[in-house]
Amino acid sequence: MSLVNFTTREITCKIVYYGPGRSGKTTNLHYVYGRVPETRRGRMVSLATQTDRTLFFDFLPIDLGQISGFSTRFQLYTVPGQVYYNATRRLVLQGADGVVFVGDSQARQLDENIESLQNLQSNLLEHGVDVRAVPLVMQYNKQDLPPELILTPPELDDALNFRSVPSFPADALHGTGVFETLKSISELVLKKLATGSPTT
Amino acid sequence: MTTSLNPRFTFETFVVGAANRLAVTAGRTVAENPGSAYNPLFIYSSSGLGKTHVLMAIGQAVKAIAAQLNIEYLTLDEYVEAFHAAIAAGQGDAFRRRFQNVDVLLVDDVQFLTNRKEMQAELLRLTEALQQAGHQIVLASDRPPAEIADLDERLISRFSGGLVVDMGIPEYETRVAILRRKAEERGQNFQPGVLEAVGKVEFPNVRELMGALNRLIAYQAVNDVPLNEEAVRKVLGIPTVDSSTAASSTVASPTAASPDEFSQFLTDVTATVGKAVEAWRARVAEAVMRWEGEGYRTGRLEKLLHQDTPAAVDEVITAYVQDVERLKALEAEVAVLDPQAAGDKVFRDPDEMDAAEAAAAKVRDGAAPPPAPSAAFALDGFYAGASNEIALNAAREVIAKPGKKYNPLVLVGKGGLGKTHLLNAIGLELAKKKNAVVACLSTQQFVDELIAAIDGNRVDWWRARYRRATAFLLDDIQLLGGKERTQEELFNLFNQFLDADRQLVFTAPAHPNTLEGLEERIVSRLEGGLVAEIQEPDKDLKRSALERLLKSQRVSADGALLDYLVDRPVESVRTLGALVQRVTEAAAAQDAAVSAGLAREVLEGPPAPRPTKGLRTSGIVVSSAGGVRSREKMVWDWPAAADRVIEELR
Repeated sequence: MSLVNFTTREITCKIVYYGPGRSGKTTNLHYVYGRVPETRRGRMVSLATQTDRTLFFDFLPIDLGQISGFSTRFQLYTVPGQVYYNATRRLVLQGADGVVFVGDSQARQLDENIESLQNLQSNLLEHGVDVRAVPLVMQYNKQDLPPELILTPPELDDALNFRSVPSFPADALHGTGVFETLKSISELVLKKLATGSPTT
Repeated sequence: MTTSLNPRFTFETFVVGAANRLAVTAGRTVAENPGSAYNPLFIYSSSGLGKTHVLMAIGQAVKAIAAQLNIEYLTLDEYVEAFHAAIAAGQGDAFRRRFQNVDVLLVDDVQFLTNRKEMQAELLRLTEALQQAGHQIVLASDRPPAEIADLDERLISRFSGGLVVDMGIPEYETRVAILRRKAEERGQNFQPGVLEAVGKVEFPNVRELMGALNRLIAYQAVNDVPLNEEAVRKVLGIPTVDSSTAASSTVASPTAASPDEFSQFLTDVTATVGKAVEAWRARVAEAVMRWEGEGYRTGRLEKLLHQDTPAAVDEVITAYVQDVERLKALEAEVAVLDPQAAGDKVFRDPDEMDAAEAAAAKVRDGAAPPPAPSAAFALDGFYAGASNEIALNAAREVIAKPGKKYNPLVLVGKGGLGKTHLLNAIGLELAKKKNAVVACLSTQQFVDELIAAIDGNRVDWWRARYRRATAFLLDDIQLLGGKERTQEELFNLFNQFLDADRQLVFTAPAHPNTLEGLEERIVSRLEGGLVAEIQEPDKDLKRSALERLLKSQRVSADGALLDYLVDRPVESVRTLGALVQRVTEAAAAQDAAVSAGLAREVLEGPPAPRPTKGLRTSGIVVSSAGGVRSREKMVWDWPAAADRVIEELR
């Protein structure tokens, strides 16, 4: 996937929301979907099980229109969180320009978070990509839950964010932190434009 | 005199929404590349929508980027005032110099130019000077340039020459965002839903929106209880909305998030892309978009985009644009010659200029040249005389003002009187004019060509050959008689030429309306110009023609010879030429000088032998003015008287 296609003058950012099952990746997309004017967004494709778990992946294309002569598009994907859908995760991850790691702030989910992060790393490696080379931001979701159930952002940073990437506390259900996260990952991804972006 | 920039009016404090994004983006671009991006930038909107804010924000941004630049913000009224003051003080030149040295000129309220002719002239001059020096001008008005009453056309075109953007009324999301920001700036907290309720009111402009906010702040200050949604409605006199929309509004406005998150996000991304995509890339991309939109291939520009730091981007764009202009010119030229060839994609690829030039040349060659006038018939060589005076004068008029005076010109006269000569002579003279393409041919050739074109299935091409001509001269149009298709073609060509004021000249042996087989529509068009008749040559004409003919044969023309030849009955100059030819050839063969006697001998036969073998001549002497015309009709040898039978005497 090319980030910037000079021939067609398109900027296409593929951003993948990664994280353990039930951490709120699809909720992030739903919130974004609700805020994007109809004319700007494509159909959100969501393949979910009957219990609303993402079976395959969610896909939300957003058209930002002409920016500096480039037709700019964002494609937001989520991966299925459940462990046994790893093949799908790897597929969705292919050609990602940036990754949002949506962590579950609940203390009891910490292991799942760590496991998912490791899974991200190994899946990227399978595509021959070093996790350090991919724009990444962390989102600590469900910060609206009672304090006794969750870890604070600094605690989560300590546990998960060893690369010190930008991190955001969030309440995806109500939208807190959703656009902050998206904005941050967009900036990281778009900054690659300046530093000689991959064109293939 | 000049208003200083209000530090509160920056891009950071400006709430961007769909209605003003273009203006703000353009403003930012201008601030980052003053004088090169959009010059002038013309922003218009109704009052209270943020023109002044954007104008000042541009000034602030320029200042932040390049502090050394000279920025001037002023309203038109201030400009006028300054101008009048300067004139009154006799400092007009100093005034002009002052503004010509401004790097970024921001003029507000340009609509007040109405009915100020002298200010318009002054501003036009200033705009030109600033633009030439590459300095930036940004103008704001409450209406687009074309709608400013009584505004000089030149100013309109100048103003519109850069970028004209408008700012609309902010939509709900932007209104709420503005309210939030302003409330925040003033350290005011409102209960959830309060600002959303205000935002739902469609104020015609932001100023009134601010007025509403002020009222709320004032109200909240005097009441200890914070305002709730309902109180807001009362304060602002908003009718209560029905419960369903109220309910949905609370759902749609989660407390933590502002509703214009997407707009904000879009603005941020735009800024990020703007930073990431270097300015030159943006310029190239815009050029690519523009020319691609017009159907030109942009490979050359796209190649630039693939490079990291290409040198001389602007030069490449300029060269590209020049090539495109050249292609346009070529295509236009080809379109006249061969409409089908003009659609060729070779005229859309500036990277293949050679191919385009070659294709155009091919069309040009293929179409060109229509048969040209014969160089043998110079106007100088045409013998003037009373018999052809009208025709010659008409020809001179046609040469002087082709297409304007006599169009068409029809030269009428019997064969050999010089119609063809005059026709070609006109053609030769017309061909001397700049860019002239003169088609001069016989009708027979015209017909033959058409038949060949029909046969070769290239009638369009054939037509194009003649359509590009600037003058069309056709000899012997009587030959058109009965040739319907040719007449049809000629009729169309005729109309095209007449419409375009291009000259048509024809020759015919007789008046067009006496020619057989010619369609009425052609005849009437021929009659519509000037029909000039050429008469049989008169003596003067013959004499001058003879003098010239003899001279050209290096024969000294003595009076007797001239008198003799002039008196020879000839129908045309052509026959006269033949006579001279015979005489001079005979003189050459006999190695004798050309004289009247020799001429007579050649033309009338050797003088009668004096009586021989009993034969006698009649003794009749043929006078030079005599009634006996030819040698053949003379009875030279009479029988002897004895042999004569005179019946009456019998």
